[in-house]
Amino acid sequence: MSEVKYTVKDFKSENEVRWCPGCGDYAIMNGIQRVMADLGVEHKDYAVISGIGCSSRFPYYMSTYGFHTIHGRATAIASGVKCANPALSVWVITGDGDAMAIGGNHFIHLVRRNIDLNVIVFNNKIYGLTKGQYSPTTDRGFKTKTSPYGTIEDAFVPGQLVIGAGGTFFARSIDTNLKMSQDVYNAAAQHQGTSIVEVLQNCVIFNNGVHEQITDPAYRTERQLLLRHGEPMLFGEENRKGLVFEKGKLKVVTIGENGYTTGDILVHDAEESDPSLHLALINMGLPHFPVAFGVIRSVKAPVYDREMEQQVAEVRRISKVTCMDDLLRSGNTWVVKENGYEPGSGGCPGRNGII
Amino acid sequence: MKETKVVELDEVAIRFSGDSGDGMQLTGTLFSDASALLGNDIATFPDYPAEIRAPQGTVGGVSGFQVQFGRREINTPGDYAHVLVAMNPAAVKANAKFMKPGGTIIYDEDTFNEKHFQKAGFTTGDPFTELKLFDYVRIGVPITSLTQESLKDLGLDNKSILRSKNMFALGLVCWMFNRPLDYIQEYITSKFGKKPLVVETNLRVLHAGYNYGMNLQHMTPQYLVHPARIEPGLYRNINGNQATAWGLLAASEKSGRPLFAGSYPITPATEILQVLSEHKELGAKTFQAEDEIAGIATSLGASFAGHLAVTTTSGPGFALKSEAIGLAVMAELPLVVVNVQRGGPSTGLPTKTEQSDLLQALYGRNGESPVVVIAASTPSDCFWFAYQAAKIALERMVPVILLTDGFLGNGSEPWKIPAMADLPEIHPRIALQKEEYQPYRRDGETLARWWAWPGMEGFAHRIGGLEKNIAGNVSHDPDNHQKNCEIREAKVQKVVDLVPDLEVCGDPEGEVLLVSWGGTFGHSISTIRELRKQGKKVSLAHFNYIKPLPANTAEVFSRFKKILVCEINLGQFVAYLRDKIPGNTYYQYNKVKGLPFTVQELEEAVIKHLEA
Repeated sequence: MSEVKYTVKDFKSENEVRWCPGCGDYAIMNGIQRVMADLGVEHKDYAVISGIGCSSRFPYYMSTYGFHTIHGRATAIASGVKCANPALSVWVITGDGDAMAIGGNHFIHLVRRNIDLNVIVFNNKIYGLTKGQYSPTTDRGFKTKTSPYGTIEDAFVPGQLVIGAGGTFFARSIDTNLKMSQDVYNAAAQHQGTSIVEVLQNCVIFNNGVHEQITDPAYRTERQLLLRHGEPMLFGEENRKGLVFEKGKLKVVTIGENGYTTGDILVHDAEESDPSLHLALINMGLPHFPVAFGVIRSVKAPVYDREMEQQVAEVRRISKVTCMDDLLRSGNTWVVKENGYEPGSGGCPGRNGII
Repeated sequence: MKETKVVELDEVAIRFSGDSGDGMQLTGTLFSDASALLGNDIATFPDYPAEIRAPQGTVGGVSGFQVQFGRREINTPGDYAHVLVAMNPAAVKANAKFMKPGGTIIYDEDTFNEKHFQKAGFTTGDPFTELKLFDYVRIGVPITSLTQESLKDLGLDNKSILRSKNMFALGLVCWMFNRPLDYIQEYITSKFGKKPLVVETNLRVLHAGYNYGMNLQHMTPQYLVHPARIEPGLYRNINGNQATAWGLLAASEKSGRPLFAGSYPITPATEILQVLSEHKELGAKTFQAEDEIAGIATSLGASFAGHLAVTTTSGPGFALKSEAIGLAVMAELPLVVVNVQRGGPSTGLPTKTEQSDLLQALYGRNGESPVVVIAASTPSDCFWFAYQAAKIALERMVPVILLTDGFLGNGSEPWKIPAMADLPEIHPRIALQKEEYQPYRRDGETLARWWAWPGMEGFAHRIGGLEKNIAGNVSHDPDNHQKNCEIREAKVQKVVDLVPDLEVCGDPEGEVLLVSWGGTFGHSISTIRELRKQGKKVSLAHFNYIKPLPANTAEVFSRFKKILVCEINLGQFVAYLRDKIPGNTYYQYNKVKGLPFTVQELEEAVIKHLEA
């Protein structure tokens, strides 16, 4: 349907957008609307499903079909939408609380099944809508309203869950980096299967600057590694730094030092089915490593909603039963002949009219 | 040789019982089917433990299957069994209380030894005396050794041999009750067609049991139960869970909306999901979810996407679905939630029956959250009420809760097969005029909104759990919220025009009106018929529609002095009636033992109120 042409405006609803001024959500929505306009999918075939949280108000600001559901269940409800009609382009808008805490179970099972949904996880490491409590992605020791002395639990790393659940697609982006984000949303939409996109999102009110050490443009070259399939994992000033794999571990090296040349640097293979290196990339973090962005993993695998449809088609093709009347009359049945039965002779209506 | 004693009976209840692994459910089912084929009316009741294989020979591991068949209409599996087939002493112990005084106990005397007595917790070597079973015909048959004997030349291991001893019992009972073996033989041959040795084994033992009865006829009386006078037509046996699944499939075909069932396995509802998953040829999509919540959530998603969506569960699972039912109420999407009730609270009695989720169905959600609640009354009419639940949901854009229970779900009866052409039409409220489409614009008469789903050009809209205005935009306006709460309630009440009037069985007015609902129908109708035969002036009003209640409910109740509400809980429907139909004197009879009523106890309850 490449002849279908839309603009961003075609995806905006008449509702006033009510996120806080400066919220990272604005940029994310802009990016998604731009990608939707260019995907070649008809406007009527988009469905945006969300759970509960600031980000989950998203569907109201879209002109597409939308369903703002209940806390943690967006992935499950969207699974039903997509399985019912695999021709739709279904997007799930969720956050770190919605997807990783109350919706954690649905999240991992969605990934395991590989239903063709595009899931955007807005990760700001805080509960925003309830005004500032720690979330499952909040770092250990962090002080919030419900952890005034610091949390005593470790954070989930969304990508680890994706790998652990046998995921086929994982990408990471930054709310305000429009170019990177749009590339990633586009890749997520193109991927057949569950696409999980973690967006580092800034909550200006309750967790302002939480990702700053990574996302600030001033640190971009040194602290961000933008992965591109088939290209070497280079970063830093003039791409002088790169990743190598030594003694079972990733290591940051500088080209030209200690005998390392460009040829030694790992080349990103997002399509490798073995997730070991993808997991290592997901785990990278400051201060010893840059943080990995872009499409980290994108592999082909059977897609649940398509398989479901194919199974129905296949059984239909071979079954002798073609309609409900066939089914009702199938198997063990018998005929009761005239036997002196008279309807209604007992005074009370009985089952089957038997008296 | 003495002449065979032939006894003619109107109805007989037989209880098959043994270890969970003894194959008693299959034995009972085959006997029931064979009886139905002969033209008897039947009702069955599988009674099995929650443990799949409790320790062999213990009372906790006893699995039972009761069937009543007769020449009249059979509405219950029988309060008490005339004949008990017991494969070990534990089975006698577990089932003695379900025996009719003077009944016949057929037992495997090979298992009546010290070892088995001990396992069953008997302290003496005489279980019958210990259980005070004096007044019974006891027929000891060496079932185990005769089974071994009949198979000795086949070279089977002992385990395989013992596995087929249920066929010996089945053969013997078939002889006693004059059932030809044809049907059972056909079943075994087709079921195990690819394993000739298994067919041979089962058939041999089946015949050995049958011939044993014939050869020792002086020991066992033979009973004759004539065919019932049943409405002519094509019949099949069906249990409540299968009937529920088929009713949903039928509604899908009739409405043209494909079926989607998101569910999570839970006793005793699991079979509905299993049956639906078999019928992909009718376009049914089934989704075994990761939990109960995802079960209803995926279904609600499918409903949003234009499918006839159902989710099936039992008590604890139903509790987990509450929040999503609330979302369906708010989003005003069609959804059928089937609750096959079991003993509660919590895990309760998973394999036993109860009617104790009624108030949960009516009120168990946050906020003002009205839904339609209906209940099936017999195994086969689960088909009709599942169909009706789907029709109401699709035509009125409302979630419908269908209550069945373990007794209906597992119980079976013959069913006159309907023709699809005879079922009422279903007209889903699909949006037509896109120019004016607003998600919460309503039909003036029914108050139902119009349904549009992704993929339909020109109807894009947003809905969700937040309160909305007509356009589907979020609204915190106080007046709007009050108005919408009232509309959602009124919309459910408007369903009354699809609800038939309440019928009274017996006199239209009088002293005592027995009121029951859902799965107790068989027992209450039997009670009323029995009492009326005795000349007692009593009547029955049985409810299938709980919310909304039939329009004439108050009028019917006003014609009786006493309303006696009987239910398998501590008084939930009666509490609802006291609230909704005030001004009557309500009495109640309640039982929560995980068991169905007996006709006898209902008769006693009614008589007490007649005399009082």
